[in-house]
Amino acid sequence: MAHAPPYPLMIGPIHPALKEPTMFKFTMEGERVLDVDIQPGFNHRGVEYLGMKRNPLQVLHLAERVCGICSGAHQYVFCRAVEHAANITPSVRGDYLRVLVAELERIHSHLLWAGVAGHELGFDSILHYTWKVREDVQDILEIICGNRVNYSYYIFGGVRRDVTPEQVEKARKIFAKYRKLEDTILDIFLTDPTISHRVQDVGVLTKENALKLSACGPLTRGAGVKKDVRFSWPYGSYGDMMDDFKVVTPESLGYKATGDIFSQVVVRLVELFEAIRMCEWVLDNLPSGPITSEPNLSALLMAKLRMAEGEGVARVEAPRGEDIHYVRLKKNKMELDSWKIRVPTYGNIMSWLTMFKDAQIADIPIIIASIDPCIGCMDRVTLVDSGTGRERDVDWAVLHDLSVKRSRGLMP
Amino acid sequence: MKLNKAFDKSLWVFHVNAASCNGCDIEIVAALTPRYDVERFGIKLVGTPRHADVLLVTGPVNRQMADRVRRIYEQTPGPKAVLLCGNCGATSGVYYDSYCIEGPFDEFIKKVDPNAIIVYVPGCPVRPEAITMGVVEAWKQLEVLRGEAK
Ligand code: SF4
Repeated sequence: MAHAPPYPLMIGPIHPALKEPTMFKFTMEGERVLDVDIQPGFNHRGVEYLGMKRNPLQVLHLAERVCGICSGAHQYVFCRAVEHAANITPSVRGDYLRVLVAELERIHSHLLWAGVAGHELGFDSILHYTWKVREDVQDILEIICGNRVNYSYYIFGGVRRDVTPEQVEKARKIFAKYRKLEDTILDIFLTDPTISHRVQDVGVLTKENALKLSACGPLTRGAGVKKDVRFSWPYGSYGDMMDDFKVVTPESLGYKATGDIFSQVVVRLVELFEAIRMCEWVLDNLPSGPITSEPNLSALLMAKLRMAEGEGVARVEAPRGEDIHYVRLKKNKMELDSWKIRVPTYGNIMSWLTMFKDAQIADIPIIIASIDPCIGCMDRVTLVDSGTGRERDVDWAVLHDLSVKRSRGLMP
Repeated sequence: MKLNKAFDKSLWVFHVNAASCNGCDIEIVAALTPRYDVERFGIKLVGTPRHADVLLVTGPVNRQMADRVRRIYEQTPGPKAVLLCGNCGATSGVYYDSYCIEGPFDEFIKKVDPNAIIVYVPGCPVRPEAITMGVVEAWKQLEVLRGEAK
């Protein structure tokens, strides 16, 4: 019995490819996506509200837990927003060390993304390979900050811990190891037909749409827009690094910036190795001096923040794009008066609307994964046949199989 | 080394993200990948709760997810154990006084099933080693249940 298209297709809220449970409602015609509607809010934890019940030092730890993958970026930008509001200038060495950890985080996040992208394509060897490689950067993070995820490294005025020469030596060894792997990793991702067949010309975000939809991060750089807070609005030590580093676009490696997922792969991989060079640059040029400009004693720091009054805004280039925090402090009030977070993914989800146009069901996982590193949570897609109201349940395994089959079908 | 009886069958786990911050979730994937490689013990992540022996739960269970978490728990066939990864699952962690939290998970799930077996893995985030240990602990508890059923 034939039914007239279009058909709705629900994905979520426990989401196949995103770490955060989100809901998608696709309008399909056969295998082709006509339209998509996004309904977020399933991972709501009321973080901003909680921040207004706590003092800035306590919020530092809350800010990290906005997202465990770019936890450092959130803590960094929150510190900068409070510093802006309270008129604190971070120490120079502190600024450099902040950038070191921010770039280490970028390395881990991009490797994580690469693995997840491989997994969504049905290429699990890549998942295991990149995650094995990623463990080395986790080791550096643990050596320097004391924890693998949620580092608690930043504090108002600088950082909490200094690096010792032994730590630097260990870190350099691992950077050298990564640089040896550079060719292998680029080769796997850029020349392997399994990957390039699945990501070329899929999920295209044109330059025009990237600008119109205010996309940010590697997504927009893949479309050829040179938008990177590190270079356009330098903070930390990035201002000093401008001569040695440039904004990364696919053109950095000689590819055309077409805005498809392949362009994003190129941008993320180049950024990954740029981040390693940036870490080495920071270690080479690390100035001496105190690691923080404020007393490293919470009582004194709190006394100062308590007297502060004003608003602060800060932006940081997190691994996934521009992260903005707004903070308002009131005199004689311990808690934040107001706190607003604008995360990179929030700027990027709108791009899905255009990226999904004319995509196939089997491409949905990789398009979802492409804008954001994510954990394949899992499960349950319901195909609702609008003609009969009959529901067909497709679980994540089936969707994954579809994706794997499509990879095989494309092999020459 | 002689493997004890706990390893005579492989253990399949299903991962539920109940509004976590992802810190624990990425550590779970780290535990599955080559450095920690829990797959060598036969532990495997599966795509549906109906195939799972153990539910791996992260996050404080917010209102939106509460009913879904309950349904997933009910869909998992017994004997089953819950591996609660991270502080925010066990105590709601940093989110304890938020308006949208239904958890902590253990109190929440005890209302559904008073005899639920819950193994707590503390840490914010949990370390992959701790997850491995938690799975072994869950396995022991399951063995006890199997023994009783005989
Ligand atoms: S326990 Fe901590 S790291 Fe784990 S999900 Fe909760 S807040 Fe995140």
